[in-house]
Amino acid sequence: MASKDLTTQGVNAQIDLVIEPGRSFRNYWRDLWQYRELFYFLSWRDILVRYKQTAIGVAWGILRPLLTMIVFTIIFGYLAKLPSEGVPYPVLVFAAMLPWQFFSSSLTESSNSFITNANMLTKIYFPRLIVPASAVIVNLVDFLISFVILGVLMAWYRFVPDVRVLALPFFLGMAFLASFGLGLWLATLNVKYRDFRYVVPFIVQFGLYISPVGFSSSVVPGKWRLLYSINPMVGVIDGFRWAILGGETRMYWPGFLLSAMVTLIVFLLAVRYFRATERKFADII
Amino acid sequence: MITVEGLGKKYMLSHQRREPYIALRDVMAEKARRLARRLAHPFSGTESLMADPGFEEFWALREVSFDVEPGDRVGIIGRNGAGKSTLLKILSRITEPTEGRIRLRGRVASLLEVGTGFHPELTGRENIFLNGAVLGMTKAEIRKKFDEIVDFAEVEKFLDTPVKRYSSGMYVRLAFAVAAHLEPEILVVDEVLAVGDAAFQRKCLGKMEDVASQEGRTVLFVSHNMAAIQTLCRRAIWLDGGRVEQDGESDSVVNAYGKHLQNTNGFTASLTSLDGRIKVEQIRLMDGEGRATSVCSPGSPVTIEIRYRAEQPVRLPYLWIGIRSQFGSLFAANMLLDGARPGVLEGCGTIRCTFHSLPLLPNQMYRVMFGGREADGLSMLFKATEVTHFIVAGSAEEMGLKGEHADSIMGQSAPVLLPYTWELPDGRTVPVNPFLQVQR
Repeated sequence: MASKDLTTQGVNAQIDLVIEPGRSFRNYWRDLWQYRELFYFLSWRDILVRYKQTAIGVAWGILRPLLTMIVFTIIFGYLAKLPSEGVPYPVLVFAAMLPWQFFSSSLTESSNSFITNANMLTKIYFPRLIVPASAVIVNLVDFLISFVILGVLMAWYRFVPDVRVLALPFFLGMAFLASFGLGLWLATLNVKYRDFRYVVPFIVQFGLYISPVGFSSSVVPGKWRLLYSINPMVGVIDGFRWAILGGETRMYWPGFLLSAMVTLIVFLLAVRYFRATERKFADII
Repeated sequence: MITVEGLGKKYMLSHQRREPYIALRDVMAEKARRLARRLAHPFSGTESLMADPGFEEFWALREVSFDVEPGDRVGIIGRNGAGKSTLLKILSRITEPTEGRIRLRGRVASLLEVGTGFHPELTGRENIFLNGAVLGMTKAEIRKKFDEIVDFAEVEKFLDTPVKRYSSGMYVRLAFAVAAHLEPEILVVDEVLAVGDAAFQRKCLGKMEDVASQEGRTVLFVSHNMAAIQTLCRRAIWLDGGRVEQDGESDSVVNAYGKHLQNTNGFTASLTSLDGRIKVEQIRLMDGEGRATSVCSPGSPVTIEIRYRAEQPVRLPYLWIGIRSQFGSLFAANMLLDGARPGVLEGCGTIRCTFHSLPLLPNQMYRVMFGGREADGLSMLFKATEVTHFIVAGSAEEMGLKGEHADSIMGQSAPVLLPYTWELPDGRTVPVNPFLQVQR
């Protein structure tokens, strides 16, 4: 028994740890790497549970974006007659639904993730950053389902994307950073001030109207466009449309850069605030 | 291996709130109130504004220092609230100390609860992997140990059943089995053995002994089970009020702790009924001679005395007292069932309840539960709460148990003992009389 474990013990015996007040552990980021499997398992658990519990799990993943798309197409495309940049209106809406659904569910779930996993937080040590990160990752499954629907929709309208579609992973990365950054921040605040859970549904609901989901951001008057791009999701959604719709779609680059910068700043501030508060989590949760 | 120097942990206790977290709403309201106060009295000193009567400092641990050598097995004992769990939480990096430091070498695995991260919807197989990962095992390690874990837990047939359909015994067995197959250099265990049936507890203790002795692991073990501490640990640290009271060989520390419990009167904090009309000022345990105690001997009487003060008359209340062990509820005395209810409680008074002969095994800790309702039983006076605890001291032989290892096994067996008789195939009749000592 002892001999076969000699190798693992040999490695671990090197680990020297000092536990002291105010010391953010020097090997935090290395720990994060060591706990990558836990990250993988937590994401896997959440995916399994989500699709086991709801009888119509996958159907729900299809239905939700589809219904929203239909409603938005009717309201913005047919009733308000907003311009569609030369692509079928449903495709225009759906290209934006992809990142928006991902963002809104990720934000909702990650901002609650510390509370829902409170039991683990008070019983076991691991880098707590894993919890909200895996809550975001789980939504990739829904994203992939939606992506397939988009493919079907584009085939229906005989719409062929061009080479720009290859840039999609980059914009998806940006959507991840935006939802993870804001989600982490709200999740941390939520541990300390429990009433932040009421803020999240508001952000999600409000965000749907101030982000160009149901309409193209080109309908925003030119002089307001830069200001409009402070909303990180404007950049992400524009990026998605640019990559998927191709052709005529033009990108408003100054706005995109601003969105990207806001995303990055929010993310960095969130990580900093989280790291400062993390050590006290077990005492206050 | 582990060096603990001047460790301390301070908590801020709030007198108004029960939850540690706060609502932003309250913070903003408080800020606004202070601002208003400042505007109203612009020339008063700042001290009055700073003093916050709603908070009180509480040191859960203070100036705790000790060293642990590699391969040591150290038991940590002390009453509830002595700081044992806080110490384990700091050691496992769940919470941060306020002062002092710990230096340690090696991977730490902490078992503060069995089945952390278990999800009821997932199958046994899925939960083994999940729980293993939560405890810090890699996928490869879990795979290697998978069969051993399943074997130890005895759940082969139910591997693909969601654990929500498991019996509580199976659930605990599976959870402990995963934890027992961890291979850290330092294993930190909180009272997880206080679950499962006696046979499984014995198996767990045996496994922990193996882990410590054959594989040379360092084990820190918190328990109220003195017998388990004495079997498993060579050394014990007794914590009291957040400080190290005694540190030394486990037998002598356990004895000193037992003596100490005998001399304290089992006083507990006062309880106020939910509606505030009646207050329990003291609950204490007394031995046959009426002396306050928290150590009893098997077969001897124990009296539980409740001193109350009723601010307003309470009509037809009924109170109950229950005795629990690590196995759950053992027995209770309930005024409603017994038809022994006071008509009305007014002013100050005492109520006593005597169990004439405790049929309880020694070397275990028992908790005294207390609760009460009024009149029709619909309005609750006191929610069920643990009010005090006691230890039964004695040896197996006094109980009429003469078998090999009786003393060490006793701490893990079902604790209530009644007289019985064995009739063996060789014609012998062996009466087991737990109260031999008392009857004589």
